[in-house]
Amino acid sequence: MRSTRAVELSTGLFVLLGFAALFFLVTQITNRQLSLNDSYEVYAHFENIGSLKPGAAVSIAGVTVGRVESIVFDQQIYKAVVRMRINSRYDKIPVDSDASIMTSGLLGGQYIGITVGGADEYLKDGDQIEFVQDALVLENLINQLVATFSRRGEQTQETEQ
Amino acid sequence: MTLLRELLDSLRSFVATVGAVALFFVRVLGQIPRALLRPGLIVEQVYNAGALSLVIIMTCGLFVGMVLGLQGYDLLQRFGSEDALGTGSALALIKELGPVVTALLFAGRAGTALASEIGLMRATDQLAAMEMMAVDPFRRVVAPRFLGGCIAVPLLTMIFISIGIFGVQLIGVQQLGVDAAAFWSQMRASVDVSDVMEGVIKGCVFGVACSLIAVYEGYTATPTAEGVGRATTRTVVISAVLTLLLDYMLTAAML
Repeated sequence: MRSTRAVELSTGLFVLLGFAALFFLVTQITNRQLSLNDSYEVYAHFENIGSLKPGAAVSIAGVTVGRVESIVFDQQIYKAVVRMRINSRYDKIPVDSDASIMTSGLLGGQYIGITVGGADEYLKDGDQIEFVQDALVLENLINQLVATFSRRGEQTQETEQ
Repeated sequence: MTLLRELLDSLRSFVATVGAVALFFVRVLGQIPRALLRPGLIVEQVYNAGALSLVIIMTCGLFVGMVLGLQGYDLLQRFGSEDALGTGSALALIKELGPVVTALLFAGRAGTALASEIGLMRATDQLAAMEMMAVDPFRRVVAPRFLGGCIAVPLLTMIFISIGIFGVQLIGVQQLGVDAAAFWSQMRASVDVSDVMEGVIKGCVFGVACSLIAVYEGYTATPTAEGVGRATTRTVVISAVLTLLLDYMLTAAML
């Protein structure tokens, strides 16, 4: 049996190592949400949000400036209401900016990209982003494509006849 | 007819064993407040179960991470999305591989030691001697060992996961050339604190389950050399099966 002192020392080391590992996992591996104190909330109405999820990034020029807070369906206007929290460091976003739902990469998740407008007034807490662009739904796109092609096919057939 | 009776008998003995383990668990829980009065004993058991398992946990974590790096890279490069290696392997380690492999290793390394130690104490009448001296063996022997295991497993799990991610990084980034920035930033973007908590919860549950099985098997072992050996084997088998069973149920509950 080793002396009590050595046992205590190595147990202490073990416990500290365990907590250091937990600390590493929580702070280094995960994304910390922007703290709520220094952020403001804006919202936008979308016809179709595709597969956008709460927690998705809100980015301007590819830089993440905030996160999607919540998504609900409003029965009054039959649209999806997306609430976004934006870091108050970015407080000079013109009111006429437009928010569009985009997809990162082929298999990536969806996020909101804000294209900056030209107004002198800036978005503040509780404002609505008026100009929006819905998510591209792949099925609709393919349907349109198929429709266009088949129409063109019919036209060529007609001209041949 | 005899087959049916044998089936019923084994079913009854299974139910009885489950009941006995549950009662044993309640008895251990009842002794925990009084066991806490002697933290020295618990520290010693955390040392036995945790600090002594450190080397095997770290070695296995490193190799699991490295093989995950190889396999993950091979799979992902077929789709041209090697950058997702960090996310995929981190989530796999945090949610499944870390807790489960740690629990299996713990059952093999520390659970067997607990079971055979307590079993031998019974075989050599040490537990009876304690009772003669009005020392409750539950408080003096069982509860500290149980608590030591419960504390050690979640900590070991976290160490395993961290070393594992280091292993993935070692193979994926250093050797196979996945972009380091993409590796870490994609991991950070899609792993949530709740994912880590899932791993912690699993580690705690597996720790309780494996420690309980080990002390129960040891305490109820037949007091012979053969009986202790059988208790040790049963500890590993039951711990492994229980861990995988609980893992499925916990995953289904938390997903």
